[in-house]
Amino acid sequence: MRARRKPYDGVAIAAPFTVPYARYSTRSAHWFLGRALAGVLAAAKLKKDDIDGLCVSSFTLAPDTAVGLTQHLEVSPRWLDHIPMGGASGVVALRRAARAVQCGDADMVACLAGDTNHTDSFRLNISTFSQFAQDAVYPYGTGGPNGSFALITDYYMRTYGARAEDFGKICVAQRANALHAPQALFKKPLTMDDYLQARPIADPLRLFDCVMPCAGAEGFLVTRPDIADDLGLSYARVLGTIERHNAFPNDPIQFRAGWALDREDLYDQAGVKPADIDFLQAYDDYPVIEVMQIEDLGFCAKGEGPAFVRANEFTVDGSFPLNTSGGQLSIGQAGAAGGYLGLVEAIRQLTGSALGASVPDASIGLVSGFGMINFDRGLCSGAAILAAQKKAPPQ
Amino acid sequence: MTPRATPPLTRPKRKNPILRTRAPTVPPPLRSRIALGLTAGAARGVFELQVCEDCGVVQYPPREVCRACLSARLPWRVQDGLGELIAQTRLHHSQELYFRERTPWRIGLVRLDAGPSVVVHVHGDVPAPPARIRVTSQLDRANQAALIALPVQASLHMADDPELREMTCDPKFRKILVTDGKTAVGQALCQQLAAAGADLIWAGVAEPWKKLPGSDTLSAIPQLTQVPLDVTNERSVQELAGEIGGKVDIVINNAEHHRTASIGTRPGTDTARAEMDVNYFGLLRLAQSFGPALRARAADGQSNAVAWVNVLSIYALSNFPPHGTFSASKAAAYSLAQCLRAEMLNSAIRVINVFPGPIDDEWNQLILPPKLAPSALAKSIVDALRSGVEDVYAGDVAQEWFNRWRDNPKALERELAL
Repeated sequence: MRARRKPYDGVAIAAPFTVPYARYSTRSAHWFLGRALAGVLAAAKLKKDDIDGLCVSSFTLAPDTAVGLTQHLEVSPRWLDHIPMGGASGVVALRRAARAVQCGDADMVACLAGDTNHTDSFRLNISTFSQFAQDAVYPYGTGGPNGSFALITDYYMRTYGARAEDFGKICVAQRANALHAPQALFKKPLTMDDYLQARPIADPLRLFDCVMPCAGAEGFLVTRPDIADDLGLSYARVLGTIERHNAFPNDPIQFRAGWALDREDLYDQAGVKPADIDFLQAYDDYPVIEVMQIEDLGFCAKGEGPAFVRANEFTVDGSFPLNTSGGQLSIGQAGAAGGYLGLVEAIRQLTGSALGASVPDASIGLVSGFGMINFDRGLCSGAAILAAQKKAPPQ
Repeated sequence: MTPRATPPLTRPKRKNPILRTRAPTVPPPLRSRIALGLTAGAARGVFELQVCEDCGVVQYPPREVCRACLSARLPWRVQDGLGELIAQTRLHHSQELYFRERTPWRIGLVRLDAGPSVVVHVHGDVPAPPARIRVTSQLDRANQAALIALPVQASLHMADDPELREMTCDPKFRKILVTDGKTAVGQALCQQLAAAGADLIWAGVAEPWKKLPGSDTLSAIPQLTQVPLDVTNERSVQELAGEIGGKVDIVINNAEHHRTASIGTRPGTDTARAEMDVNYFGLLRLAQSFGPALRARAADGQSNAVAWVNVLSIYALSNFPPHGTFSASKAAAYSLAQCLRAEMLNSAIRVINVFPGPIDDEWNQLILPPKLAPSALAKSIVDALRSGVEDVYAGDVAQEWFNRWRDNPKALERELAL
């Protein structure tokens, strides 16, 4: 029998930091990760030596791993992890770091994700992304995940009756959220007309369905509440988390992911229901996967995603605040940092430090991660329910 | 997207000489070693997948162990390819030049009846999903295996679909050089290529004064021109290449010198030299003279340069001692053909090696039947161009020898010695 999972008592997440994004950069991943570490340290008024744990995610750090980075940044952590899980990296890094802090293997863990982007980086990354991608997808002309997500979106639309306008509504709302957020690379408002008239990339995907690769980094600290209090840091708490890899391998095509398998576990551990969630930071390299997260995380039943989209508003002040900083679709996808973006934004929302607009009275947020299109589908899924340090006082 | 029948190709207009000929590009050629198992099947025209010998699960993409039971016993087994297209897209954008130059490009996801889901190219006649289809494994322009979904029922001009035509070397509307037009095999080739819709055929003739039975029939083929070509003469080969090299889309090298000689039955080396001069050096001279122009025209529109065909011999795989020196010359030619294939790989030209069993001609008089009729050999060459395979074991004897050789090359060597 499976043991009951221990709660995440005694864990505080703090010091959210974003290294400004750029479409292209002449710097290397080391620069972005180094600046991210400097940023979280400055936010917590700490020195390098105060860090005794380090967790790193990056696609463009090769030939280095987290190990090489310790010497590059001259830190001597007693706990080190490297999470190569793309869009699930943030949630998984949080899970690993939280347990390390709980168990005393480390007191102060810096979680960092960052990538650079040169003009040829994206092609090089996708051409040898995985053995299955190299053998069985890339030779078919699919520009990385565009082709796989076009197929997934095509299937979803046929099966569940989603329309282009449903996906457009999400993209338009996220752009509206991004207009408040200084870190977003997209500064122009997006209308439904702009969305529908944009050039086709891979039917049914249009330009604004696809994230734009860029350079940037994200980071945060995981520590104990007593340490955070001593430092005077606002922090968020962890109520529950899940992760899953290669869920439902016999599905003919992806129409759900690991969340559908693990959501009960998530809400049980957190002691909350979907209706208690004040905002969702969903992984959003393409809007179809956001609709799947809304379904699989229990906000509506499978197949009811399109109706849910039509019935809700996704802006920061809407009925269902979604990707409140604009998400990757409007900020940009800085490689593995894309897997941190939602988590960093959630910490900001729950600590009252949003760079853009704040969700009113947000006390519980859900962060969801999804990553690694290995062959025909994304393999890694994860989610975390976070809470503000103290519940907002009743109105 | 409504189902439609592919419209027939039309004869291409005369090329505008002012426009630059596009340099050839190829789809991404990189594959893991285990995935090259798919290419091995596609090279001879079969769609094979790994099937677990222990639990029977069929799997894709290729893996090192069984996805169900982790067994390492994963032989490749022929598949019928039947399945359902469950999703599709038309790519309007690609990071790779080859596809960027050919968008929009249709691909899809197929659930095979055998189990796995596969990413495929999709033929234009396949209706929108969900649709029953048949998947085959074809060599793409990088000469690596790629899967394509075809309609279950063939349509009239199916071969003219732009995605499928990228994977074949169809003679239709192409200009073809046959190096020795007057032999029985050469005549049959010219006739069948003309019937297959070849635009122009040049039939090489080494000795114009020599009248061979049936050689008059060549002049009855309207699109055929006889040209002087002696593959043993470097100048002759270069002169012809200078004249027509920039127009040839397919080279079929069927020039052959064949005598019945082993080491002990004919003193001296004159016969062996003559065989090498035609069968081996002839190929080398042709490849050096015609290869560069062929490569340069591999992306030249609808009727681009596509293929180089070598008529070798099944004796190239294992020496047939009664024809020992001939076998050796064909083995040398085979080795050189592999070199040619490697050099052509990045320029989208397919090198097709044809291994016939004994042909029913004067130099195989004393070989017992079954023997391969020249027309049957010509048919298997035209079929290979149409289907896009790169290794052809033509006729029953060649098939049997190939299977014996694949099973146990040492056993075949002993069997041929006795």
